[in-house]
Amino acid sequence: MSESKIKVLIAKPGLDGHDRGAKIIARGLRDAGFEVVYTGLHQTPEEIVATAIQEDVNVIGISSLAGAHMYLFPRIIELLTEKGAEDIPVFGGGIIPEDDIPVLKKAGIKAIFTPGSPVVETVDWIRNNVN
Amino acid sequence: MFTKESVARVTERHQEWDKLLAKRLEKAPERLERFSTISDEEIKNIYTPEDIRELDYDKDLNFPGQFPYTRGVQASMHRGRLWTMRQFAGMGGAEETNARFHYLMDHGETGLSTAFDMPTLMGYDSDSPLSLGEVGKCGVAIDTLADMEILFDKIPMDKVTTSMTINPPAAIMLAMYIATAENKGVSRDKIGGTIQNDMLKEFIAQKTFMLPPEPSMRIITDTVEFCTKEVPRWNSISISGYHIREAGSTAIQELAFTLADGIGYVQACVERGLDVDDFAPRLSFFFNAHVDFFEEVAKYRAARRMWARIMRDRFGAKDPKSMLLRFHTQTAGCSLTAQQPYNNVVRTAYQALSSVLGGTQSLHTNSLDETLSLPTEHAVTIALRTQQIIGEEIGVTNTIDPLAGAYFVEALTDEMESKAMAYIDKIDDMGGILKAIDIGFPQKEIADAAFNYQSQVDAGEKIIVGVNKYQMDETLKVDLLTIDPIVEKRQRQRLAKIKEERDSAKVEACLNAIETASRGTDNLMPHLVEAVKSYVSVQEICDCWRKVYGRYTDPGMF
Repeated sequence: MSESKIKVLIAKPGLDGHDRGAKIIARGLRDAGFEVVYTGLHQTPEEIVATAIQEDVNVIGISSLAGAHMYLFPRIIELLTEKGAEDIPVFGGGIIPEDDIPVLKKAGIKAIFTPGSPVVETVDWIRNNVN
Repeated sequence: MFTKESVARVTERHQEWDKLLAKRLEKAPERLERFSTISDEEIKNIYTPEDIRELDYDKDLNFPGQFPYTRGVQASMHRGRLWTMRQFAGMGGAEETNARFHYLMDHGETGLSTAFDMPTLMGYDSDSPLSLGEVGKCGVAIDTLADMEILFDKIPMDKVTTSMTINPPAAIMLAMYIATAENKGVSRDKIGGTIQNDMLKEFIAQKTFMLPPEPSMRIITDTVEFCTKEVPRWNSISISGYHIREAGSTAIQELAFTLADGIGYVQACVERGLDVDDFAPRLSFFFNAHVDFFEEVAKYRAARRMWARIMRDRFGAKDPKSMLLRFHTQTAGCSLTAQQPYNNVVRTAYQALSSVLGGTQSLHTNSLDETLSLPTEHAVTIALRTQQIIGEEIGVTNTIDPLAGAYFVEALTDEMESKAMAYIDKIDDMGGILKAIDIGFPQKEIADAAFNYQSQVDAGEKIIVGVNKYQMDETLKVDLLTIDPIVEKRQRQRLAKIKEERDSAKVEACLNAIETASRGTDNLMPHLVEAVKSYVSVQEICDCWRKVYGRYTDPGMF
C-alpha cells in the first residue's frame, strides 16, 4: 500500500479531556502525509471501534492521561476482536506508567508512546508496522 | 522614572557597548542564533533604562496594596502572611482523600484543595457505564452528600478554607459543601473557599464540558449571585489560566484568554443586574507557573495591573477590592518529565519561586511523580517542603516584589500587558469571549502554539533536560500510587444503599423543582442545597440539566 493511503484514527477514549497530545499527533501525522480522522473527546470504546470500522482505517491511536488506560485500552482490543477487526493495529499514548506497558502489550496494544517521544517516532512506527 | 537626559546618556553608552560586543562576537559568537522564552518571545541581549523610559512609578507600579497593584494586592504581602500552601489532593474514595487531607494538615499545610475523579467532574455517578475504569482514578469519587460528609470528617469547616476544582457540577459541590457544614453546625456565612466554576476555560482548554456555553454561564451567574448574598467568604469563580497553559498556550495567551474569560463573567453578572462591587471582590484567579522564570514573574505582575485597569475603567468598579487580582498558582504539570523524575523537584522549586516573587496568594507545588500518577505521601511531602523552604529559609520573602525596577522585568511586564491587551481587543471585536469560543479562536491559537513548541522540542531548539538532551539509560524507578479496584466496587455499593434508603418521593420533588428552575429564571442554588440534603446524586441533577439544556460535544478540531 502506498504511504499516502494509510488512514489513521486518533481517538480519545473515556471522560478524560487532555487532548494536547492527541491533537499534536493528529496534526503531525497529517503533515507526514497520512490521512487522519480525529474522533474528538469523550468517546466510549464502542464508539471508537464503530468509527474505526466505518471509516475503514488502517491503524488506531488512542490517548489517555487520566489513569483509566488499564480498562479502556484492552476494552478497545476486545471489541475489535468481537467485530472481527482485530487486524487493525492499535497504538497508545499518554500518561502510562512503565509497569503498565507490558500488560497493555500483552492485551494487544502494539506500541506505547509516552511523553517526550518525538512525533517522528510515531510516524516511523506507522510506516514500518502498518501495511 | 528617568529623565530624557539620563536616557540619552545611556543610549550613548549603549552604542559604545554594542561596538565592544561586536568585536567580542567576531571571536566568539553567542551560543544561540536567537534567544527566546519558552513561549517563543524573543529576548534581547541586555535591557537598560531605554526599555522602560515611559514607565511611570505612580501610574504603572505604585506601592503594594495601591492601584494598579502591580507590586502586590496587599500592603504587607508575604511579610505579613505567607501564601496559603494548598496541595491539590484527591484519590480513590472519600475515606482515602480525607486521610490525605489530615496528613497534609498535620505537616503544615494551611488550606485544602480537592481533586475529583473524571466521572464526578463530568457529572456521572460511580454506577454509570461511562464511569467504568475511571472511579477514583484521578481524584475522589463523590456521588452524594454521604461521600462529602466522609470527605470532610473531622475537618474544622469554619477554620480551614477549601478549594474544589470542579466545573460543570460546581454548583452541586458548593451545595454539598454548604450542606455538610450546616450538618456540623457551621452556618453558610462562616465557610470559606473556592469553586473553580470556570466553564469558559473548559471550552477553550481543559475540555471538561457538559452543557452548551449559554446555560453553563447561567448556572455560574446563579452561583455568583447566591454567594454574594449568602456565602460571603466564598470565591464563586476561580478564573483559570492554568489549563489554558497546560493545553499548550504561550504565557501571553494564558494571560489574555484568562482575563478575557474574567471580562465575560463580569459582563454576565452585570447583565443579571448585580452591582459590580457586590460580587467582583469574590472573583479569584488561578495561573500556571511554567519554567521560564522571568516570563512568569512578568505575567503575574502584568495580570494584576491589567485587571485593576479593566475593573476600574471598563466596569466602573469603585471598591478597590473589586480591582484586586488575587490568584492561586500551580506549578506546570506539563513541564514534568517521566525521564529522570527526580529532576522534577528542581523544576518545581524554580517555578514555585517565580510565583512567590510574582506575588501569589496560594500555591500548589507538583510532586515529582505527578507526571505518572497521583502523588505518593513521600513525594507530596517534598513538594510541600519546597514551599516551606521558599517561604521560611531562603530569604526571598524578606522584602516585597524584589524584582521590581529591574529593566528586564519591567520591560517584559509591559510587553506582556500590551500583547495580551491586543488579544483582548481582538476578542472584543469578535463580539466577546463566547463568540470567540464559538468560532474556535482561542482553541486554534493554543493548538498552534502547542504544535510550534513541540516542533521546537523535536528539532532540539528548545531543551528539556533528560528528554531531548542529557538522556540516560535509566534503571531508577519511583514508587507510584495505585488506586485499588475495590474503590469502584465500594463506591457503587454505597450509592446503591443510599438510593434504597432515601425518601424517593422527596428526591423526585427536588428533581422536579430543579427542572422547573432550570427552565425558568429562579436561582438554582437553593434548590440544589435542598436536593443534596435529600441525597439526590450528582448524576441525577446533571441528567436533569442535560435533558433541559442538551449536551455540548467536542468539535474535534486539530
